[in-house]
Amino acid sequence: MSILKSREAVLALAILALLALIASRFPAFVTPANLARVLTDTSPLILLALGQMTVILTKCIDLSVAANLALCGMVAALLDGMGVPLAVILPAVIAMGAALGAVNGLLVWKLGIPSIVVTLGTMTIYRGTIFLLTNGAWINAHQLSDTFKALPRAEMLGLPVMAWIMIVAVLLVGLAVARLPLGRALYAVGGNPHAAGYAGISVGRTQFAAFVLAGALAGLTGYLWIARYAVAYVDIAGGFELDVVAACVIGGIAIAGGAGTVAGAVMGALFLGIIKNALPVVGISPFWQMAISGSAILIAIAVNTLARRAPGRIILKREEAAA
Amino acid sequence: MTATARQIPDRLTSPAARALKSWESLLLVVAVAIFLLNTMASPYFLDPWNLSDATFNFTEKAMIAFAMAMLIVAGEIDLSVGAIIALASTAMGMAMSLGAGTPLIVLAGLGTGLLCGAFNGALVAGLGLPSIVVTIGTMSLFRGISYIVLGDTAFTGYPAGFAWFGQGYVFWVITVELVIFTFAAVVFGTLLHRTSFGRMVYAIGNNPVAARFSGIRVDRIRFILFLLTGLMSGVAAVCLTSRLGSTRPSIAAGFELEVVTIVVLGGVSILGGSGTILGVVLAAIVMGLVTFGLGLLNVPGIVMSIVVGALLIGVIAIPRLISKLRT
Repeated sequence: MSILKSREAVLALAILALLALIASRFPAFVTPANLARVLTDTSPLILLALGQMTVILTKCIDLSVAANLALCGMVAALLDGMGVPLAVILPAVIAMGAALGAVNGLLVWKLGIPSIVVTLGTMTIYRGTIFLLTNGAWINAHQLSDTFKALPRAEMLGLPVMAWIMIVAVLLVGLAVARLPLGRALYAVGGNPHAAGYAGISVGRTQFAAFVLAGALAGLTGYLWIARYAVAYVDIAGGFELDVVAACVIGGIAIAGGAGTVAGAVMGALFLGIIKNALPVVGISPFWQMAISGSAILIAIAVNTLARRAPGRIILKREEAAA
Repeated sequence: MTATARQIPDRLTSPAARALKSWESLLLVVAVAIFLLNTMASPYFLDPWNLSDATFNFTEKAMIAFAMAMLIVAGEIDLSVGAIIALASTAMGMAMSLGAGTPLIVLAGLGTGLLCGAFNGALVAGLGLPSIVVTIGTMSLFRGISYIVLGDTAFTGYPAGFAWFGQGYVFWVITVELVIFTFAAVVFGTLLHRTSFGRMVYAIGNNPVAARFSGIRVDRIRFILFLLTGLMSGVAAVCLTSRLGSTRPSIAAGFELEVVTIVVLGGVSILGGSGTILGVVLAAIVMGLVTFGLGLLNVPGIVMSIVVGALLIGVIAIPRLISKLRT
């Protein structure tokens, strides 16, 4: 049994242990109602982690997702202010997010610029654009229409729509990654770009597709975020890209590309989400959140890299085909 | 895989011709052009004291950019520099509130910078972890510790002598920061271009495996480079804290972007292996002139950050676009 295969199991155990630890002192935290609240609260992180996962699988990174989210959310709020119906806003922001992701993807694909440079740049450009659109003004709850605010909070079968959207997205991305040629291409490109090229898979096009998916998910999350918190301003979700990368790294997505699963990304996000929601309950200042995320990234990357290193020394591998 | 094999001419062009066509001379032309544009755009630009103020737009970032340039030449990156400044500044604030004098406060800042650099270096060079993720993690960790210590409060009331680093003048309009900047430029320029250490940095950036087989202690040099970047972040923290006179956990937010932009604008390849300190100096001046000029025209800071972001992408994209269109 390789460590690679059981990583998700280890992570699931870690989450259960974390919940048990919190429950031993604060049993109210693990009631179904509260867990549903935590799940809903973590939905934006999970949605972005799904997109980030596909990008990281192809050896890239997208630091612009939070700025993309904020820009799309602001545009959604502005469109709502102009009286545009929600049925138009929703596809519009998803398309816009995808277009912003496509900008990243094109720069990486057509010009071969390293993704970290591209997205570090677009991160500030996208966020600066929000300022240009609004002159720094806030859009508050009373300026947003009721239907706009109601959708993510509406309940279906005991869970808010926001959580259901997340669950559907997880299932769709999970299916796409496992069953579509594009999904397999993500792993091929990340695992060995040269071999993927010889196998007829376009490395650049696959990276482009991953950026577009990450952007579309960021656009969708932008609307959900603004509608749920009922406020839009320039600095919304500032620094959230780090949490997203953290979720992926904790979830065992290899930063060198080619390895990682949807389940891992979801659990990595849940792990951070549970910590974030538990801090105030346990009575730790929320100012600890940032340092805890940082430590979690470092521990996860150390564990993942060191665990992966050992098999590299074995020259003849047994049973690798079985995986 | 490069798309086209590099043409190797049978005879090199003359050194003067190569210098003329270099990235550095292009930057010099850009710097002069922006200088003239600013002079025409604002009557307040060509004042010695205003120009002296303008240097603050780049001195602190450029100090880090020199060390970062060496790190990037070696094929690594440090995204935690802004967070190191926050943590070093917090340490200085703690030293101050414990009653330390100016020398001890400065020592606390530099020491924290070194420690942070050593931490990054140990994780990257010691454990062999990828520097992008490590420094994204420490970026969160270092600034997170500042938030734990300070929350929504701030350290203020630094001793009067401490103000010298960020607000003092050595001679007429020449600021202390400008002197530190010049000194750092000379030291790092010498280190990268005139010592065997510098040659090893290029070797590692071009091919770490070949460098290792040539007997270069790759990991030790990587560690030293992270140490230097941490130290220079500590120096920048001293200057910035002294200039602002206070420490908040959000201090120097987004510095990493501007530092990386200066380095890349200076002609250092983000993939490692090439670049010069002279280019970084010129790029820092160009950035400083651009932001100062925009500031004189009352352009808000966040719009300037759009310019910085566009500059970062444009500088890399335009040469690639041109060479793509040619073929």
